[in-house]
Parts: sequence; structure tokens; C-alpha cells
Amino acid sequence: MKISWTLFSTRRCTAMLCALALLALPRTSGAATPPARAPEAAPVILIQNATILTVSHGTIEHGSVLIKDGKIAEVGTSIKAPKDAQVFDAAGQYVIPGIVDCHSHIAVDGSVNEGSISVSSIVNIAEVLNPDDINIYRDLAGGVTVANVLHGSANSIGGQTVVIKLRWGQPAAKLPFEGALPGIKFALGENPKRSNFSIPGGTPRYPTTRMGVEETIRAAFTEARDYQQAWAEYDKRSAAGDKNAVAPRRDLRLDPLVEVLQGKRYVHAHCYREDEILMLLRVAKEFGFKVRTLQHVLEGYKVADEIAAAGAGASTFSDWWAYKVEAYDAIPYNAALMTHRGVIVSVNSDDAEEATHLNQEAAKTIKYGGLTHDEALKLVTINPAIQLGIDNRVGSIDVGKDADLVIYNHDPLSAYAVVQKTLIDGRVYFDRQRDISERAGLEKEKKALIAKEKKAGEKKPDATIEMGKRPGAKPDEKKSEDKPKPQGDAVTGGAL
Amino acid sequence: MKRLKWIELSVASAAAACSFFLGASAQAQTPTTYALTHAKIFTLAGAPIEDGTLVIRDGKIAAVGPNLEVPSGAQVIDAKGLQIYPGLFDPLTQMGLSEISAVNATVDSSETGAYNPDVVAATAVFPSSEHIPVTRAAGITEVLVAPGSGGFDFSGSRGVIGGQASAIHLAGWTINEMLIKRSVAMVLTWPTIQTASFDVATFSRKDKPFTEAKQDYEKQVNELTDYLDRARHYAQAMGHGGPSDFQRDVKLEALAPVVRGQLPLLIFADRARDIRNAVEYCDKQKLRMILAGGGEAYKVKDLLRSKGIPVILRPTLTLPEEEDDAYDSLLTQPAELAAAGVKFAFGSFDNSFARRLGQQAANAVAYGLPYEEALKAVTLYPAQILGVSDQVGTLETGKVANIIVTNGDPLELTTDVKFLFIKGQQTSLDNRHLRLYEKYSNRPKPTTGAN
Repeated sequence: MKISWTLFSTRRCTAMLCALALLALPRTSGAATPPARAPEAAPVILIQNATILTVSHGTIEHGSVLIKDGKIAEVGTSIKAPKDAQVFDAAGQYVIPGIVDCHSHIAVDGSVNEGSISVSSIVNIAEVLNPDDINIYRDLAGGVTVANVLHGSANSIGGQTVVIKLRWGQPAAKLPFEGALPGIKFALGENPKRSNFSIPGGTPRYPTTRMGVEETIRAAFTEARDYQQAWAEYDKRSAAGDKNAVAPRRDLRLDPLVEVLQGKRYVHAHCYREDEILMLLRVAKEFGFKVRTLQHVLEGYKVADEIAAAGAGASTFSDWWAYKVEAYDAIPYNAALMTHRGVIVSVNSDDAEEATHLNQEAAKTIKYGGLTHDEALKLVTINPAIQLGIDNRVGSIDVGKDADLVIYNHDPLSAYAVVQKTLIDGRVYFDRQRDISERAGLEKEKKALIAKEKKAGEKKPDATIEMGKRPGAKPDEKKSEDKPKPQGDAVTGGAL
Repeated sequence: MKRLKWIELSVASAAAACSFFLGASAQAQTPTTYALTHAKIFTLAGAPIEDGTLVIRDGKIAAVGPNLEVPSGAQVIDAKGLQIYPGLFDPLTQMGLSEISAVNATVDSSETGAYNPDVVAATAVFPSSEHIPVTRAAGITEVLVAPGSGGFDFSGSRGVIGGQASAIHLAGWTINEMLIKRSVAMVLTWPTIQTASFDVATFSRKDKPFTEAKQDYEKQVNELTDYLDRARHYAQAMGHGGPSDFQRDVKLEALAPVVRGQLPLLIFADRARDIRNAVEYCDKQKLRMILAGGGEAYKVKDLLRSKGIPVILRPTLTLPEEEDDAYDSLLTQPAELAAAGVKFAFGSFDNSFARRLGQQAANAVAYGLPYEEALKAVTLYPAQILGVSDQVGTLETGKVANIIVTNGDPLELTTDVKFLFIKGQQTSLDNRHLRLYEKYSNRPKPTTGAN
């Protein structure tokens, strides 16, 4: 199989190959990485003179937002700055709620797939969060404040997922969105049946058809239901004081599926074609659980009424198409058409780069399908918040909600808008002016570190090998003049 | 609202659209004079014309200016409130060579083997590709189709010379009708020092020591030099004798215009080191070069300017190469290159994302590129860089009438193309996506729940 241009089209590569993470080539940190430092205690901030797109109650011209204790304290036109408040004069600028990305793979340490088995519910993305992933910062710079971090799509039933806030500089334990229900990734169609990823000469993994995908899910939930009953019986007997009651053997694979049956864990299902969408809705009905979101759902427009009737959310791409057969009927009108048919729709990224301009991607639904400005903005704010069950906390600019806000220099539904500041919990996590002003210093620091390292390498020739830490490195390797760029461990292990 | 407007317009222009389809099969007989009146016209060859008229005759722009007389027999389109621009030019696609990238049977973009200078993109452009109407509905009227660039297969082999890129109009019944120029540039993927590769056996990443990777790189460059030397000798022989005097070699023959400096190399390189190496190589070898990709072109902008190397930039909406690069380095790069005097055009490097071309340019404006430069970088500059600006790129008398009529800034996300002309023919805006949208918009409410 030949894959053309994947080197150029990383976006397509994600959609196509995310299921395998073919060439995960992480680059470890260098010196000039934007400073990963957590802002201090939540200050009192007044943003004033801005055009405020509240999402929930219209647009406020020359408006202000007052932030206290990390929450939105007041929204209006004539708010006086309290004593000690930091005042951001945002004349000519726009404020929107932080962007919620309902499908992300950032902040994951290593591969996003446990591809060996078709039901991999045993693994949990929350356990491999990497707070140093530079893509957290880049997406923050694109106005994203919340991301639904998912496994890949190699498995009919994939791993457990987690919603995070992009608190750059905080440790991994501080990333998860407090109180947000966890989820689980499902995947239907070409990826779980391995249409595009078979290893030459390898043994095929069940399932290899869409029929088999259905049965894989049914089989797993049949087991989960029995397991749930076994526990229920045990709990009943032991509560009644039956000392002979023996607890069922705990099954880490089935535990999350029981949580799905109990409504304690959301199902986020990767899907493309209309038939598989209806299949999953049917299976969910059979087992009595809800599909919280259909992800990608590029043919959702064909069965929008059925999706709406099932109460499932739809989280889709703006305009991706034709990268595989099941994406050949994808249309950029998908989000608008589903919206018009009563589905709660969001536009997601699936890709660290795409996430940096989700505001622009949402804007395309104005052109393709005629959504209003308000409807378009909802696709990346309140709608994904509803889909993730966190709309009581984020997704609109309302008093009492988390102060997750983005300030743009233009209307955010334009290709000319640039994020100036991103706030999470009332703290400034991204500031464009600060980023720019710190560049020279970081560059200087990087140069100094490289020079120091070179010097150390000249003194002690063996240091070169140690730095690379390549087992079995050939002795002549250290003779190389054109030494590769210092790989992170050497740098970060020291000064940083 | 939007849809209704579109339908109104499409009804108004249905006759014209029909005449295009008829016309394309029998171009000689169709009435081919149009007058677009009362529009704001951005010729890109001078100041915008506020209330202007543009006359199209026999596929060419016959006149453009204020207060022009409408020729008798011309089909008049009142474009009051609308704006006219040259159609957008995407200088890097695989349009017609690749339909569904995951399905090998639909992909003809990269030939196997390292050296394929004789293959020509235009040969395999599929005129019925669904990508073509989708792309032109976004206002793109012509593209470069580049073969072979940067592809890899699971054997890990990478092509070096991919073949000849062709410039085509995005309308026509056959490739002959679509062709702007069959051979525009020779595609070359500059070898890189690759310390990480994909291992088929383990289906995972495989690391290679740097010295070994560097040796591989040097070997590839040496092979390229040998190949070009052979082509040079061959070209000399061609000049001094007839085909009976030597054994013909179609691959070397295809390289003759390159080594003679007649055909530019379109060199794919992104890292500063690779760009520098490629530029110095071409300088030494006296080869014409266009840089494609240029992810770190800003780091070598002075070299590019001093050597006069134009760049077809990869999408601005791309993450930086290194994690310690500024987060916006690809967004600010066009402004930096423009200020340094490097000529560049924006390319989509894709088919299905080709319609993001305007968005890519607008994002560069957001990060400091002057608007007019951005507009030229998707119209005039690609035409100049690829040597076809005598035909397309501006709205000037005598040029091919590739024209878009819009309701606003063609780079902005929400702007609609209202009328489209390619080779002077009004061309349909219908496409697969619009058809599916209309079909399923009209789906009645299901009577029985499918669930």
C-alpha cells in the first residue's frame, strides 16, 4: 500500500492513520519552549470595552466582564473596576467563551492506540497525560481551553477518555476537568476493521467487517451485563448478611462498560457511514445506554433525524473529505444540516494543528448551510460543552461560570482574527504580547545552553554518547562533526 | 437565506451553465461574449476599478475598465454589489491524480522507483474527478498538478525525481481542453538526513544513528549528481548528432531541458538545512530552482532572496517543525519573506484541502502580510513562479478569462463565489457536496424510527 503525501498532509495523516500512530516522532523539549509556568493565585480581572459574544444571551457592545476567584462575577456594560483589579482594555477586541474541543489527542504520552485487541476498555488515557506536550500551549494559543482527550480508533471499543483543561504549566494531575464525567472511545467502520492498516502477511484481527464490529460491541456488552448482574447479586446477598457470598472476580475490561450501562461514563463513538451510525444507535437501545456523541459522523446529515431522535450529539469536521472511502460522501454542510434537524452539533479538531483555528472552522458553516453567526459560534463553545456534560461550568459567558475566556483582535468567525489572550479559571495562560516579548530571551538561553553543552562535549568526548543514550551506538559516532540537535534529555535533565 | 440566494442565482445562470456544457463539446459555435457590469474589479494589475465592466470574448479578456460599452450580442451579467478577481491559482496539488488517498486504485500520484523524470502529471489527470468541481466552487480556477513529490511506500523507499508537473484549468471535457502547460517544472524531493523511519516488520518507528543517516543522505545526493551528469552528457550528445548516433534513453531525454536550464526544478524541502543544501546544490549545478514546502524558509530568507529562489509555501496552517519554534512561525513566515523580498505563492499541497487556499492566505494577513501581497500570492505570483503569467494571474486584456465574481473578500471564510468563468466560459458551481446537501436537505422526516 502506498500513502502519498502523508508527509505534507499531516492533517489527513491524523484522520487516516491516527488509528496506528505510525510515525510518532516526539521531539523532546529544547530550551526555547514557551515557559511552562502556572499562573499564580486567581487575580481580579476586568476586561472592558470589548465586544462580548456571550453565546447564551447575545452580543454586548462595549461590554465588560469581571472575573473573581476564577469565575465570571459580572457581565455588562458599566462595571466599575474594583480596587486592585487588573484592567484589560479590549477596545476593538472580541471576547468569547473558551473553545471546547470535543475530539483531541493532545497531551498524550506516546501512542494513542492499544491496537492489539478489539475491546481495549482496560486502558485509560488519564493515566498517560503529558502536561509538557507543546501542543497544549499551541492549542491554548488558538483559544482552546477544554479538550476531550481520546484514544485512537483502532478498536471497536477503545480506551477510557478524559476531559482536560489546557492548564499549561500545571502538573498532569491538575489537567483533568474536575467533575467532568469520564468517557470511552468506540470506533466503527474502516479503522476498527483495519481496512487501511493490515500488516502484509499478518494475521487479520477480528472484526474485519461492519457486521463484525456490531457483534464485537454486542458481545462485550452482553458480558458486561452478566457481570453487572453477578455483582448486583453479590451485593444483595452480602448486604443481607450472607457470609457465603463470593464476590465475582473483578474484570477491569468490563468495569468501564458497566459504568456505561449505569450512565456514569459517556460513549464517544468514532463513525462515518450512515449504516454504522444507525447500527450503534440500535445496539445502544438494545442494551439501554445512550451514545453521548457520535464523533466525525461525516454521513450524519443522511440520518440526522434518527440521531436527533436518539438524543445523541454529533461532533464533526468542518470540511475534511475523500481521505478514505467512508469519507467520500463527507460534505461541509454536515454541521449545518444536522443543526437544522435538531441535533446538538460541535466542530472538533482530531488534530493538534486543526485545534488552533476551530473558530475559523466553525465559521465555515455560515457559508456551507447558512448557520447564523450565533449558531456557528455555538459549535465550538456551548454545544461541545453540552456534549461533554460540562455546560454548567463552561461554554458561555454567564455569571458564575468558570472564567475561561478568549480575547481576539477581530470577530473570531473570520480568518483574520488572532487570539490575544486565553484565560482559564480567571488566569491568563496565554498572552500573545508576552509570548512575543519573551522570544529573544529564550533564544539567548537556548544558544547559551547549546554552547555549554558543546563545550562539555569537547572536554569529555564520551559525553556525546551519553547524551544520545543510544544503546549499542558505534564508537565512531562521536566523531561526527555535524552533531544532531541536542535531544531533550540532556538539556532538560540539567538547567530546566 | 444563503441557500435561497444561491438558487435564485443558479436559476438566473442556468442557461449560461448549460451553454458551458454544450459549449465545451462544441466550443466554436457557442456565443462567447460576456459583459460583467457594475462590479468592483480587482485586476491586480493596477488600482481596483469601482464601477467597472469586464468584457470576455472568445475565452479571453477583451476589455476591462470603467465606463466601457457593452458589445452587442454579449450576455450581460449585472454584478452590482459584487466583486471581480482573477480566479485563484493553487500551485501545488495532485488534482485528478488522487481521488481517495487511502485507496491505491484511485491514486496515480507517485511512480515507483527513485528517478522518474519522464512521467508527466497531465497524462493521468482524471477530468471527471469529483475534486475538480468541489475545488473550483471555492474560486480556484487553475492548479499545478505535481507528481511524485515526497510520497513513500511501506518499503521505505522515497522518490527523488518524481516527474513533470503540469498546469491545468479546472474545467474541460478532456485534459487537452484543460491544459495550460504540460511541463511546467521537474519535481524533485530533496533527500533528508532521516534518523527515524517506519519499519514494516515491526510496524513501528525505527531509529538510525545520525552518522548512518548522513551517509545515506550523501549517497542519495551523489546518485543525483551522477544522474544529472549523465543527463548533461546525453543532452550534449543530442545537440551534436541525430538519434541514430546514440542509444535513446527517455529518462535522460526528459531531463535535458532541466540541465539546459530551460525547465526549473520544483524542489521539496522544509528544514533550513535541506533548503540551504538544495539551493547551494542548484547554484553549483546551474539549475533553476523553485522551492516547494519551505517550512523553515524564513530561517534562510536572505539566501533565498540573494539567489532569487521563489517559494511555493506549504499551508500556513501547519505546526512548526520544532517544539521550541515560535508557535506562530508558519503564520508569520509569509510576512517575513515578503519583507525580505522573497517571492512566494501559497499552495495547498493537497486535493481535498485545496479549498482552504484562501484561508491560508488570509491567516498570513492576520499575522502581518499586506493584504494585496496575500491576494497576489494566490493569483499572480503562482502564475509568475510557474512561468504562465502571460496566460493567467491578473485581469488584463488578452489574458485567459479565468475569473471569479464574489460577494466579498475571496480570502475570507464566509465569502461565496457567485459566478465563475474558466477559459471565458461560465462554469457551473455545482459539485458533489452541493448535490448531496440538496438531496438530504430534502429527505422527508422518517415515518418509522430506524432505531
